[in-house]
Amino acid sequence: MVDSSIVLWGQTLAYTFYVLAIMALMGWFARRVTQPGESRDVKPALFYSFVAFLVVLGVSLHFITYYTIPWKPMDMHRATITPDKVFDISVASHTFQLPSEKLIIACDDKVLFNVTSRDLTYGFGLFRNDHSMLFQMQVVPGHKNDILWQFDKPGVYTIRSTEYSGPAGVNMTLKDVVVVSCEKS
Amino acid sequence: MSFIHTLVNGEQESFKPATLTPMQKMILRFVVVGLVYYGFAVVEGMIMRLYEITPIPTVPTQQFFAIMTAHPLVGIFGSTYAIVFGTFLFLVPFLMKKPLWSIPLANWTCGLLAVGTFTFWFAGFLSEYAPLYTLYWPLPADFTQFSLWGGTFFIVGIALVMVGTVLFVVNIFKTISYTPAGWAKQPAGALIGSALGLSGLQAFFSKNKKEHLVSLPVAAIARGTVDTALNAGIILFTGVLILVYMVAALLGHDLRHSAVDALLYKNWFWWGLDLIADGLVLIFVAGTWYLLATLITGKKLYMENFARAALFVEMVVSWTVWSHHLMSDQAQPGILKTVSGEMVTSFELITQGLAFFITLVTLWSARPLKMTHPLKFLLGGLLGFALAVPAGIMQADLGLNRILHNTQWIIGPHVHVAVLVGLTMTLYSAIYLLFPLVTNGAKLYSEKLAVFHFWAHLLGGIGMGAFMGMAGLQGMLRRSLYVNGEFNGYMILAALSGALLLFAFLAFFFNIVMSLGLEGVLGIFTPSRLDTKEPLPAN
Repeated sequence: MVDSSIVLWGQTLAYTFYVLAIMALMGWFARRVTQPGESRDVKPALFYSFVAFLVVLGVSLHFITYYTIPWKPMDMHRATITPDKVFDISVASHTFQLPSEKLIIACDDKVLFNVTSRDLTYGFGLFRNDHSMLFQMQVVPGHKNDILWQFDKPGVYTIRSTEYSGPAGVNMTLKDVVVVSCEKS
Repeated sequence: MSFIHTLVNGEQESFKPATLTPMQKMILRFVVVGLVYYGFAVVEGMIMRLYEITPIPTVPTQQFFAIMTAHPLVGIFGSTYAIVFGTFLFLVPFLMKKPLWSIPLANWTCGLLAVGTFTFWFAGFLSEYAPLYTLYWPLPADFTQFSLWGGTFFIVGIALVMVGTVLFVVNIFKTISYTPAGWAKQPAGALIGSALGLSGLQAFFSKNKKEHLVSLPVAAIARGTVDTALNAGIILFTGVLILVYMVAALLGHDLRHSAVDALLYKNWFWWGLDLIADGLVLIFVAGTWYLLATLITGKKLYMENFARAALFVEMVVSWTVWSHHLMSDQAQPGILKTVSGEMVTSFELITQGLAFFITLVTLWSARPLKMTHPLKFLLGGLLGFALAVPAGIMQADLGLNRILHNTQWIIGPHVHVAVLVGLTMTLYSAIYLLFPLVTNGAKLYSEKLAVFHFWAHLLGGIGMGAFMGMAGLQGMLRRSLYVNGEFNGYMILAALSGALLLFAFLAFFFNIVMSLGLEGVLGIFTPSRLDTKEPLPAN
C-alpha cells in the first residue's frame, strides 16, 4: 500500500507549486494593472472556460484520490472487508485501554482498530517516530469508531489522541505500542 | 506641529467629530470596537505562538487553552463582526439611498458586541474556561475540568453577542424593505425577493427579464445576513443547552450527558458554524470585492449577472457543506461524507474562483490604476483566498483528510490565511477606502506606515500560515502542545511571522490614532450634534 508519507510529499509538492504560481500571477497582475495599456474586453468564452476548468478540477480531485490513495476505497468499503486482525480499544478519563501491552501486527495484514469512548470525544492516531502521522480518526462516545488499515512495512508507532478533550488530554500518548513485523515466524 | 499636538488633535486637525452625522459616528464606533478586539486577538495569538515554542512559566496550561478558546471568538465576534456589521449598516442605506431603519438599534448592536465579547473573554480569562470553540459534546459540560461559574458567564457573553447579531439582521432586512416616512410605498416583498435572489431565480426560468431592485453589493449583504441569522439561532440554541446543564449543576443536579447524542450534536454545531466559515464570510467577502472593484475603477462589474447567481449558489452551498468537518468521524454516514463533504464543498472552489476572476477582470478593465492602499489591500485579500480555498478543498477529501484532519495544516494555510490574509486584508481595503468618506476628509497621518502595514501584514499572514502548514504536513496537531521542541524550527518561524502581524497592527493602529487624535477618537463616542438620518452631512 502507498505510504501516507508519500501522499503527503506529493501534496507538499503540488501545493507549493500552486502557491508559487498564484503569487507570481498576483505579482504580475499588480504590476501590469498600474501600467498604461490597451484594456481589451475579456471575452465571455474565457470566463466560461474558467468555470469549466474549476468544475473539472473540483470534482476530479476526489476521483483521482479514490484511485490513487489506497486507504480511501478501503475505508469507504470497510464494512464489507474481513480484517486479518481486530483490536478493541477503549478510552475513558483521558486514558487508552489496550487489549495487550503491545499491539503486534504482521506485515500486509489488514487490521481493524475498534475504539470506544466511555465519556468524551477523543481522537485516535498512529504516529511514526519522527512525529509524522500515519492515520487518524475521531472517537465519539456512543458510536462505533473503527478504522481499517493495511501495514506493508515494518515499523513502530505511537498512539496519540488527535482530538482536544480538555487540558487533561494533552498527554494522551502511548509511545511505541504498535509494532509491525515483517519477519516470518 | 509637535508629536503631542498631533496625538491629541489628529493630523493637521483635519478630523472634526462635531461635523459627523449619527450614521458616521455609528460606523466609526463599530470600527473602533473591532480594531480594539483585533488587538486582543493579535496579542493572544502571539502568546500562543510563543507557547508553542516553549511553555511560558507564568501561563498555566489550562490558561493557554482558555486563550485558545477565546481567541477565535474574540477575532470573529469582537473584531470581524463589529467591523463588518458597522460597515454594512452604513453601506446598505448609503447604496440604497434611503435612511437606516434604526440608528439606535445599530448602536445597541455595537454595544452588545462590545460588552458580550468582553464578558466571555473576561470569564474565560478569570476561570480558565477551555472547552475550545468546537464544544464537542459533552466537553463544555465537563465540570470536572472546567469552572461552572466561569462557563456560565462565558455562555452569557456569547448570548449577548448573538442578541446583538439578531438586532443587526433585523435592521438590515427592515432597511431593505421598509418605507421611510414621506416616501411612496416600497414593494417590500419584491425588494426582499431581489435581495435574496428569489426574483433572479424566477427570472432564470422565465422569458420576462426584470431589472434587479437592489444592487449587487446589497444582495451580497442580504444573502450573507441570512447565514448570519441562521448561525445566531444555532449558537443561541447551543448556548441554552449548555446553560441548562450548568444551571442544573449549580442547583446540585447532574444531568445525564448521554441524553444528548455526541455525533448529532457535532453535526448540529458544524452545520451552524459553517454558516460563518463557509457561508457569510465567503458571501460577504465576494460582495465586498465586487463593491471595492467598482468603486476603485468606476466601472461596471464584469459578468454581473453571473456574480449575482454565484452569490445565490454560495448561500445554498453554505447550508449543505458542513460534513467536510466530519470526514474523520467513522459513524458519519458515507453518503454525507461524499456528497456534502466532498462534492458540494467543491462548489466553493467554483464560487470563490468566479469571484476572484470577476474582480480581477473588472480591475483590469480600468488600467492603468494607481496603486492606492485600498487597491493593494484588495489584491492582498484576493491572494489570501486564492491560497486558502484550495488548501481547504484538499483537506475536504476523504483520502487526504485521513492524514490532515486536526493538524496544523487546517488551522494554518486554510483558516489563518483565509481569515488574516483573505478576510482581514479585504476589510482593511474597505477601511482605507471609506476612511475619508466617514471622517469627512480626515488626513492619514503617514503613508509610509500604511505601506509598512500592508507588507508586514501580507508577509506575516502568509508566512505564519505556511510554517504552520509545513508543521502540519509533518504531523503536528492543532489544539495540542509539544513541550519537547519537536516542531520548534517551524514554530519559531511561525512566531516571527506572527510578530510581523503584531507590528503591522501596531503601525496601523498608531496611524489611525495619530490621524484622528485622541480627542477625535473620544468624540466618536459622544452623541452627534446633527439631527439627520442621512449617512453624510448635507454640505
